[in-house]
Amino acid sequence: MSMVYGIRSFIRANLGILTGLVVLCVVIAVLNPNFLTTNNLLNVLRQTSTNLYLALAMTMVIILGGIDLSVGSVMALSGVVTAMLIALFGAPLLLAVAAGLLVGTLFGALNGYVAATTVIPPFIITLATLNIGRGAAYVLTDGQPVRVMSDAFNFIGSGYIGGVLPTPVLYSIIFVILCYLIMNKTKMGRYIYAVGGNPEAARFSGINIRRVKFFAYTFSGFMAGFAGIVLASRMFSGQPTAGVAAELDAIAAVVLGGTSMTGGYGRIGGTVIGALIIGVLSNGLNLIGVSSFWQYIVKGIVILIAVYADVFKRKTA
Amino acid sequence: MPITLPSFIEVERMGQTLLRMSGISKRFAGVHALKGVDFELESGEVHGLLGENGAGKSTLMKILAGIHPVDEGEIFIEGNKVSINSVKDAQTHGISIIHQEISLVPHLSVAENIFLGKEPVTKTGWIDWKKMREETRKALQQFGLELSPEMPVKKLTVAQQQMIEIIKAVSFRAKMIVMDEPTSSLTEKEVEFLFQIIGQLKEQGVGIVYISHRMNELFAITDRITILRDGTLIGTVRTEETTTDQLISMMVGRELTQYYIKDSAPVSGGEVVLSVRNLSKKGVLNDVSFEVRKGEILGFAGLVGAGRSELMKCIFGLDSFDKGEIRIDGRPLTVRTPNDAIKNGIVYVTENRKEEGLFLIRSVQYNITIKLLDQFIKWFRVNARFENQKTRQFINELSIKTPSPDQEVRNLSGGNQQKVLISRWLATNPRVLILDEPTRGVDVGAKAEIYAIMNRLVKEGVSIIMISSELPEVINMSDRIAVMYKGGIRTILHRDEFSQETIMHYATGG
Repeated sequence: MSMVYGIRSFIRANLGILTGLVVLCVVIAVLNPNFLTTNNLLNVLRQTSTNLYLALAMTMVIILGGIDLSVGSVMALSGVVTAMLIALFGAPLLLAVAAGLLVGTLFGALNGYVAATTVIPPFIITLATLNIGRGAAYVLTDGQPVRVMSDAFNFIGSGYIGGVLPTPVLYSIIFVILCYLIMNKTKMGRYIYAVGGNPEAARFSGINIRRVKFFAYTFSGFMAGFAGIVLASRMFSGQPTAGVAAELDAIAAVVLGGTSMTGGYGRIGGTVIGALIIGVLSNGLNLIGVSSFWQYIVKGIVILIAVYADVFKRKTA
Repeated sequence: MPITLPSFIEVERMGQTLLRMSGISKRFAGVHALKGVDFELESGEVHGLLGENGAGKSTLMKILAGIHPVDEGEIFIEGNKVSINSVKDAQTHGISIIHQEISLVPHLSVAENIFLGKEPVTKTGWIDWKKMREETRKALQQFGLELSPEMPVKKLTVAQQQMIEIIKAVSFRAKMIVMDEPTSSLTEKEVEFLFQIIGQLKEQGVGIVYISHRMNELFAITDRITILRDGTLIGTVRTEETTTDQLISMMVGRELTQYYIKDSAPVSGGEVVLSVRNLSKKGVLNDVSFEVRKGEILGFAGLVGAGRSELMKCIFGLDSFDKGEIRIDGRPLTVRTPNDAIKNGIVYVTENRKEEGLFLIRSVQYNITIKLLDQFIKWFRVNARFENQKTRQFINELSIKTPSPDQEVRNLSGGNQQKVLISRWLATNPRVLILDEPTRGVDVGAKAEIYAIMNRLVKEGVSIIMISSELPEVINMSDRIAVMYKGGIRTILHRDEFSQETIMHYATGG
C-alpha cells in the first residue's frame, strides 16, 4: 500500500471527525489566534499524549468487545511505585521505570486472566481492579504525593528531543505506529477484530479467544503503566490521586474515533483524532477563558453530538 | 394418581368443530412456506401434525397463534370467522401454544409466571398476591405437582416447567392448546405424566394440536393426523386407520430427479480415515460409532434434535464428551479445542453461517484467510501478494460472486456467503470436511455449485461428512447414510438400501 493511498484512505475513513477537528481548531483560532502558534500546538500534543496512550490500548480492548476501567488507577499506582523507588529507595532509574511498567502489566494481566477464564463481565472486573489499584496507591503513599528530585526522571516526561519535540509526543508517535501495526499487520490484530465481531464464529474457527483477551488487557495495563510514569515525571512526583477518571477520557477518545462499543469495528487512526479533539477542546477552552467547570459540560455535549453524527452517517451510508 | 382440572376451565361440548383453517397460504421473502393448507380441530380431539423439517408445521401454528399474519385464507373458530393479528387476539380466542423452547420467565415464581400479564388486582389496584398464590396452589395440586407457588421457575426441571406452561395455557381458558415437540426433553416417566394430563384435557373438551416426529407417541395419543410436505397439505388420516409406513410415504416422496447426483462411483475399498468408537455424552449422544473412508461422502440423516450437530461438535473439539474414542488414520486423537481437530485435518462448516461462521462486517478476503494467517503474516510483515492470490484463487475456484475481495461478507447472497465459509476451511487443506446443512438457505444455482465442489473434493481424496435434513440431497450425494435418532445411530444404510421411506422409518425411531 503506497503512502498516498494510505493517507487518502485514512481521510476517507475518518472524514466526519476530521472535519469536526478542523472546525474546532478554526473556531478556537478565530477566538484566540495564540492557539495556532507552534509552541501551543506542541503543547496540545503533549497534553494529549497520556490520554492517547490509554486510548490506543483501550481501542483494542473495546474492539475486542471489552472495556478497561482500571487504567486511571493503574496509572496512579505505577507512577507512585516508580517515584517511591527513586525517591525513597534510591533505585536506579531504569529499574524504577521497569518496576512501574511491571506493576501496570501485572494489573492488565490480572484483568485479562479473569476476563479470559471467567464469565464475569469486564466492566465489573475492571471496576474492581480500579478500586484495588487506587487503594494500593493510597496505601503505599499514605495519601501523600512522593516528590522526585531527579533530572533524568524528569526528562522522561518533560524533556525535548533535539530541543523541539517533547518526549511524550515522541512516545505518542511510536505507540501510534506500534498499535497500527498490531491491529493491521499481525495475526493478533485480526483475531481481536474476529473475537469482537463474532465471538461464536471465532470459537468455531478455532481462534484461541482466551489468549486474545489476555493479550489485549495485558497490553492495556502496560500502556497505563507507561502513561503513569510519564505523568509522574511531568508532575515531578508520584501522586496517588493522579489519573482520576482518566479511563473516561480514554473511552471518550475511542468512541469519538468511531469505534463501536459493541466490539468488532474500529480503527487506531480514528482514536488518534478522537484524542486530539479532546486535547484541542480543553486547550482551546482554556485559551478562550472558559472555566474548567464549564469545560466538562462542553466536552459532554461534544461527545454526544460527535457520536450521534457518526451513527447517523453510518446509517445513511 | 387421579387428576382433576382446575376450576377455571369451563367444560366444553365434545366433538364439535373448534377450529377450521381453510386455504391458508404464506410467503416469506420469496419462499412459499404454505400453499392453501386446510386444517381442522374438534373439541376433545388430539390432532397430530406431521411433516419433515421445513414442511410448514410451525408456520401454520404460528399463524394460528398470531405470530405471523396470514397472506391468504380464512380461520373459523366455533363457526365464526375470525382474524388473528396478534398473540393477544389468539389468546382471546382461546388459543394457546406451548413452544419447543420454554417461554417462562426464569427468575419469576411459578405463580408470577402463570398469571403473567393477567395478574389479579385488589380493589385498590395493587396486585392481589394472596389470590395469585391460592389459585396457583390449587392448580398445582390438581395437576399433582408438589411445588410451592413461590418457587422460581428456573429451579424446576424441564418437565415441571412444561407442566407450568400447560397450567398457564389452561388458565387462559384455552380451548385449543398447540404442543410443539413437547416430549423432546422429557424422560419416559415424564412423558407418561404428560399423556395423562393430555387425556384429562381431552375429556374436558380441550382440542390439542400435537406436533411430533415420534411415531409411537402419535399412535399412542392422537385421534387424527395431518401430514404436510413442502407447505402443501398431503392429507388427514384417522390414527386408528393408518400405519407408520403410510405416514412416512405421505411425509416424503419428493422427486429425486430434480437434485444433483454425486457422479463418482461409491467408494468401498478406500482406507479408513476417521473412525469414531462408542462416543457418548450424557443426555445428548448415546454410544455412537462410525467410520469414514478416503474419498467417501457419509451422509447423516435424522430429524432436528437427533444429535447430529452435537456429535460433530464433539469431534471438532467444540464440545466435550464423556466416553469414546476418535481415531484418525488409526491413531487415537485427543481433541480438546478445534485447533486439535484442524491440525489433524478435520474441519467443521457450521449450519449457522451467520451466527457461528462468518465475520459479517469484515471482508471476503478476511473471512477466507483467517485460518491461513500463519502462512503469510510473520510478526509485522504481511505478505499481501500471497493473501490476495489465495483469496482470488478461492473466489475463482468456488465462483464466489462478489464485486471485490474487500466487500463486506454481509452484503453477499446466502449462497456466496456459504461458499466463503467453505473456502475458509478448504484453505486449510482438510482431509475430513464436515458439512452441516451445507445448502440451507441457498438458492438452486448455488446448491448445484456446492454439490459440484463436493464432487471435486472427494475425487481429490477428501472425505466428507454431510449432515442434511433434505432427504433427496442426502440420498443423491452420499455413499452411505447414517441415520440418527435420539442421540444414537439407528442404522447405516448402503446405496442399494437408500430410499426416503427407509430413512424416515429409522429417523422416526423405527
